[in-house]
Amino acid sequence: MITEEIYRGLGLSKEEYQKILKLLGREPTLTELAMFSVEWSEHCGYPRSRAYLKLLPRKGKFKPLVGEDAGGIILEDLAIVFKMESHNHPSYVEPRQGAATGVGGIIRDVFTTGARPVALLDSLRFGQLTKPYNQYLFRGVVDGIQSYGNCVGVPTVGGEIYFDPSYSRNCLVNVMCVGIAPKDKLMRAQAKGEGNLIIYAGASTGRDGIGGCSILASKEFKEDEEKRPTVQIGDPFTEKCLIEATLEAIATQGVVGIKDMGAAGLTCATSEMASAGDTGVEIDLDLVPRREEGMLAWEVMMSESQERMLLCVKKEKAREIIDIYRKWGLNCVIIGKVVKTKEVIVKEKGEIVAKLKAKDLTSAPLYNMPYQEPEYLKEINKLDINSLPLPEDFNQVMLKLLSSENLSSRNWVYEQYDYMVQTNTVLLPGLGSAVLRIKGKNKALALTTDCNSIYCYLDPFVGAQIAVSEACRNLVSVGAEPAGVTDCLNFGNPEKPDRFWYFKNCIEGLISACKFFNIPVVSGNVSFYNESPQTVIKPTPAIGMVGIIKDLKFIKTPFFKKEGDLIVLLGETLPELGGSEYLKEIHNQVRGKPPALDLNKELSLQKVVLAAIEKDLISSCVDCSEGGVSLALFEGCVTGREIKGAFIDNLEFNLREDFLLFSESTARVIISLPKNNLSEIEKIAKKYRLPLRVIGRVIKEPKLVILKDKFALIDLDLERAFRLWKKSLELLITA
Amino acid sequence: MKWGVVIFPGSNCDQDCFYVIKDVLGEEVRYVWHKETDLRDLDCLILPGGFSYGDYLRAGAIACFSPVMEALVDFAKKGGLIMGICNGFQILLEAGLLPGAMLRNKNIHFICKYVYLRVENIHTPFTNLFKEGQVVRIPIAHNEGNYYIEDEGLVELKNNKQIIFRYSDEEGRLAPEFNPNGAKEFIAGIINKEGNVLGMMPHPERASEGILNSQDGLLVFKSIVNWFKR
Amino acid sequence: MLEVEVYVSLKKTVSDPQGLAVKRSLESLGYSEVKEVRVGKFIQLRLDLEDREKASQRIEEMCKKLLANPIIEDFTFKIK
Repeated sequence: MITEEIYRGLGLSKEEYQKILKLLGREPTLTELAMFSVEWSEHCGYPRSRAYLKLLPRKGKFKPLVGEDAGGIILEDLAIVFKMESHNHPSYVEPRQGAATGVGGIIRDVFTTGARPVALLDSLRFGQLTKPYNQYLFRGVVDGIQSYGNCVGVPTVGGEIYFDPSYSRNCLVNVMCVGIAPKDKLMRAQAKGEGNLIIYAGASTGRDGIGGCSILASKEFKEDEEKRPTVQIGDPFTEKCLIEATLEAIATQGVVGIKDMGAAGLTCATSEMASAGDTGVEIDLDLVPRREEGMLAWEVMMSESQERMLLCVKKEKAREIIDIYRKWGLNCVIIGKVVKTKEVIVKEKGEIVAKLKAKDLTSAPLYNMPYQEPEYLKEINKLDINSLPLPEDFNQVMLKLLSSENLSSRNWVYEQYDYMVQTNTVLLPGLGSAVLRIKGKNKALALTTDCNSIYCYLDPFVGAQIAVSEACRNLVSVGAEPAGVTDCLNFGNPEKPDRFWYFKNCIEGLISACKFFNIPVVSGNVSFYNESPQTVIKPTPAIGMVGIIKDLKFIKTPFFKKEGDLIVLLGETLPELGGSEYLKEIHNQVRGKPPALDLNKELSLQKVVLAAIEKDLISSCVDCSEGGVSLALFEGCVTGREIKGAFIDNLEFNLREDFLLFSESTARVIISLPKNNLSEIEKIAKKYRLPLRVIGRVIKEPKLVILKDKFALIDLDLERAFRLWKKSLELLITA
Repeated sequence: MKWGVVIFPGSNCDQDCFYVIKDVLGEEVRYVWHKETDLRDLDCLILPGGFSYGDYLRAGAIACFSPVMEALVDFAKKGGLIMGICNGFQILLEAGLLPGAMLRNKNIHFICKYVYLRVENIHTPFTNLFKEGQVVRIPIAHNEGNYYIEDEGLVELKNNKQIIFRYSDEEGRLAPEFNPNGAKEFIAGIINKEGNVLGMMPHPERASEGILNSQDGLLVFKSIVNWFKR
Repeated sequence: MLEVEVYVSLKKTVSDPQGLAVKRSLESLGYSEVKEVRVGKFIQLRLDLEDREKASQRIEEMCKKLLANPIIEDFTFKIK
């Protein structure tokens, strides 16, 4: 007997329950109800966001590949598969395991396509480190990522970390995985061919994570300590064996379809594989390997135990495939078969405990969510930058920015990650985009993640467009052509109209920018309800972008190479301090409008930079973003093996000093080049009508000098500044 | 000569070593599954890095009971060359093929970065192409690389010139600040008394191609090839 | 069936970086009375044996062979 208490406890509304009754024409069993609750949750069925996700562009210059669990792009005979996914709520409950299982889950989404995972990136957000709890979350998440990623042998090559009070207790853990597969070996997450067998492989099933995705990801967080037991525990050793066994199994050509059992476990795997293959699946729960005694049918169906996969295999190849998994020390058993009826049929002790149409499960309701611009925004958008007091000592300002939470070096974090395993990592972390060579080709991948959530908070449409533009800028700076996007859309409670307004505008900004740059969005994930009674997160549509470097000789680094090289600013600095790090750190304000964005200018910049790189005209390229020109110059000076100095005596003079140094205007990069190449670059810039200005030159002495009217605005000892920049994050955590 | 790269469940640098031997050096190589017991066709065995058996219990502790290990001991006795890299080094220690043990890094974090090593003994099958006292740049990536040995054992290592690599700075100076993990006497790599089994924490296979920031590690592999040619 | 508890700890002569870190952390939380921290391992076994003496012998063996590394670790165990 299903009561209101039961279905509400599973996170279903009265309307949803009525809909289930209508679909079935009878009362569901408990197991069936549980299956609906997870499949119709935001995590699996996207009832609140699906209408918008459909509008994401799927076409681009590189041929896209959109699969069930992860998408990608085609590069000659290879498929570059990638996806970013959130593990925010589990990480908040238990940061170490939450982050670790986040890494594990996204890796499985990638290798189930037949691709070998080759890289991980993490886009992380935390509250300020001055609060011990945020420190605990930060340390735990980093530890979880390193413990899982290092062990499983997939290098963690990049990502981003930002701190903002809105993430206090609502940390965000978005993990992106990239894999490479031969194009003709790609797998789908489907069950096909009547009589083919359904195989369970990997770790045993326990009670961990039951209801995790429906409950954790669909409710706001109250101070809910007792949720802790539902956290799943990751086992990277088993995952490593699963990767090898699965790729070996796929190579037998006996695998018809394969899917990870992560969120919503067996329920999700059976119903989505059946639905994708337009068939039915029948399984016997008595055959499922279990870790705990006395588990009920619905618990087995809902369990989110990690490191498990469901495969659909050809009958005649089953033995061979089972032997492969067992060789790797993994469970592998036949638990069912493909049936004609297009139903998911679950048996236990000879009885049917669930019999549902696969399509009913995978057709979650679609909600039209009301949205409204928050009233406070108009006030927050107001900012008179001319009224800001002008700092007296810009050296001090610079040092304060370099040691701030958001602009200090991330080396304390990335040195805990194995970023070199698989020996493809060309650019070491901390140099903007990650670059991985592709073995056997004279080509490389460039990878980056990006999102400035302050911009998105101040203007979600433009903020999301800037995230895409900046990701492109990061990629072209290392010599790559932007090729594909995965997104991870993190927001508050979508049932609140102001939160949904942010979601809607961000996704529209994302769509328009990707369309403009002709880049497909091939995969992604939505995470709502990132709020606690105290705070809601700033809107955070994290972008993961993959670019292609056509020839290994085009790989560019951000750091200055040679004394005497000219330092050139491409693009134009405007008086824009809204939402900037300078405004936040120095003037304690988060307000105004984000910098203006002109997609045409961004595109021109991309073209000029790529043309200059391909003609071998420039020595280095670094993009200007948070912290403006001054931070970009600093990076140019210190990120090489040897610190170089910069003497800047020709910045624009008609702007106030702080605008000049810290404005975060878009569509700008700083390049360095031998004098002889200047006229050539000028020609290219002129062709694309991109402003170009020689602002100074590289010097031997490790100093950053920025002059205005012969007066030194900044005269920084870079050795000292570099040590401060490198040590600051660690000092903030251990303080 | 023919190389073998051993795969334990959880090894994750096996393919990287294989790539260097086969694609960079053009040498003959095959994988050795940890259950194999016949190594007669091989001249040099690599125990690659990674997390064999998840590093559960202690790094390398479970792997040293794999069936291949018995054959490996025999292989070593007969003078075959064995190089254990990172987790492979830890396995050799656990198996007693090399003296000492590994403790957690002194900062209790995993450390992944390029370090400088001073080559301490070039009269070995693994280092004969280095120059006396040469400083090389090769990355480390480990949790437990803090080498420990009791004092008597250390004296013996020194007397027999069994210390092969030490952590140093770019100029070859030794000081605690250039010792990333707290290893005793800055030890990064040692050899057995007989001179045919090497263990090293740094990853030479990660520094074997120009595009990967350093080619210093390739000299280790080339030294082995050179040894067999002589 | 015998229940066994095995404790593995680093030898006194071996420095314990993890223990030192925990000690520092406890100190910063105000527990200044903490003078030493050693972090070890606790392993539970269930043995299908009745003979305690035989069990003791077997466990000793297991510890020496696998559960502890005698170069750096000491062990003790309790048969319940």
